[in-house]
Amino acid sequence: MPGLEDLYREIILDHYRNPRNRGELSSPPATRVEGFNPLCGDEIVLFLDVDDGVVSDIRIGGQGCSISQSSASMMSAAVKGKTLDEVRALSRAFKGMMSIHEQVLDGEPGGNGASSADDADPTAEAGVKLGDLEALRGVVKFPVRIKCATLSWNTLLQGLDESAASAS
Amino acid sequence: MTAATPAQTDPLDVERIKKDFPILEREVRGQRLVYLDSANTSQKPRQVLDAIQTYYERSNANVHRGTYLIAEEATAALEGARAKVARFIGAASDREVVFAKNATEALNLVAKAWGRANLRAGDPVVITELEHHANIVPWHQLVDEVGIELRWIPVGADGHLDLTDLDRLVDGARVVSFAAMSNVLGTITPVERLVAAAHDAGAIAVVDASQYVPHLATDVAAWGADFAAFTGHKMCGPTGIGVLWGTEAILDATPPFLTGGEMILNVTKEGFTPNELPWKFEAGTPPIAEAVGLGAAVDYLSGLGMEAVREHEVALTAYALRTLTDRFGDDLTVHGPSEPAERGGVMSFTYRDLHPHDLTQVFDEHGVCVRAGHHCAKPLMRELGVAATARASLYVYNDEADVDALGDAIGAASEFFSS
Repeated sequence: MPGLEDLYREIILDHYRNPRNRGELSSPPATRVEGFNPLCGDEIVLFLDVDDGVVSDIRIGGQGCSISQSSASMMSAAVKGKTLDEVRALSRAFKGMMSIHEQVLDGEPGGNGASSADDADPTAEAGVKLGDLEALRGVVKFPVRIKCATLSWNTLLQGLDESAASAS
Repeated sequence: MTAATPAQTDPLDVERIKKDFPILEREVRGQRLVYLDSANTSQKPRQVLDAIQTYYERSNANVHRGTYLIAEEATAALEGARAKVARFIGAASDREVVFAKNATEALNLVAKAWGRANLRAGDPVVITELEHHANIVPWHQLVDEVGIELRWIPVGADGHLDLTDLDRLVDGARVVSFAAMSNVLGTITPVERLVAAAHDAGAIAVVDASQYVPHLATDVAAWGADFAAFTGHKMCGPTGIGVLWGTEAILDATPPFLTGGEMILNVTKEGFTPNELPWKFEAGTPPIAEAVGLGAAVDYLSGLGMEAVREHEVALTAYALRTLTDRFGDDLTVHGPSEPAERGGVMSFTYRDLHPHDLTQVFDEHGVCVRAGHHCAKPLMRELGVAATARASLYVYNDEADVDALGDAIGAASEFFSS
């Protein structure tokens, strides 16, 4: 049975206590998007600057639990300075890691699907390094918290879409 | 704050009551299960589980149709449960008791069937900031569809409704719809005063009694309201069954909600004639076994005595407020009325700056079941200035040891996140 230490890894608690890229950007020119977690009332406000196909700056506001807040902090650090293609690949890899269905469905036939989260990640994007984001892998063992971890990424994707729409 | 009643004078024999609930024998994560989420859904006593099992094993058949023995038994079981519920809430007759899926469906029936037939653009509907989404969103829909005007009775800093502007708020209103007890703060609202204000203004009064009926002796006739809604699963009954109580006059003035089988007297190619009360509102095969279970739950609670249930919960709430405040001081904020006699055993709290979701995750390690979140009352959370709270709620099977376990779990969470 998974324990609290599987969920609350030290690096997660560090991002929770010392969130990176916390604050606001003036909007416009920055894109401002809000995300909500209907489960627990977490709210995230994300500010995004995209220049020449690169996420040049990002700021995070809002409030929520340690998982949603640390995930947002880690996400902001991971995507800042990356190209849009890199960011989308990272997002796919992260959401793949957080997908309980894919984790189970991709297990070997007859194998123990529940243990596949500990095995090599079959959903990982080729060439994408998750780095610190790997610390959130344990969240998948606590299914009700998955939405906490993916809130900032879903909000980011919405922001990228809105940024692209306003630029075109 | 008054001193808690010592356990030895508890009007309920909680040690014996705990033995009625098989799930409380379970261990989770190597710990005794401490269930403190009864405002969400209550646990079920063996008496209710047995009644459902016996119904399915001995009398299962569809109701109001068959001429054979077990079909008669099934019909008698359904209608017998209705009669028990009617007596339990002080209804004038069984015809006033409509079975629905839950309180949410019952409130939707009021808004969608009575509301659409009787409300016009600009008609004011008054609700309160304490409401559960089930008594907000159906009215929001009528704002969009019909153009009603939604007005809000505010909640004060003390957790009680602020009735300073009540006369102005209900002036010209067609509906006043409110919770008898808040599912977040435990606040018990002045039902009879609000009903009187509604009627003086020419409005109908709708009571969301979901948190009230399971915990306090209820007399809908004394309330004098037009509709009241509650659900079975919060009062030791099964999921899948709720109740809409209404006066015969208002139920007669309400068109059918869902339509189909069971709710008709006659159907021709040209149209249909609705059935009599209460079946007019019960389309399709009803939740028969669930009704049987609810009837058994009503018997169980009646056996304990609702006065004793209330006395137990006031004493235990007082114990919780006193001991948790003593232990954690200003680190712990319990929202809602501070006087146990003015509230139910529902305690929403925050601890320092720890997010409720993180708190309750640690609680789970200790076998303590507490809900975290917005409790389907986001407008109220906004008024409280919080995104979420943790909410511990008490019932007949909880005792001081359960409250102490909650205290220990808060202490463990504090330690975990500060280390």
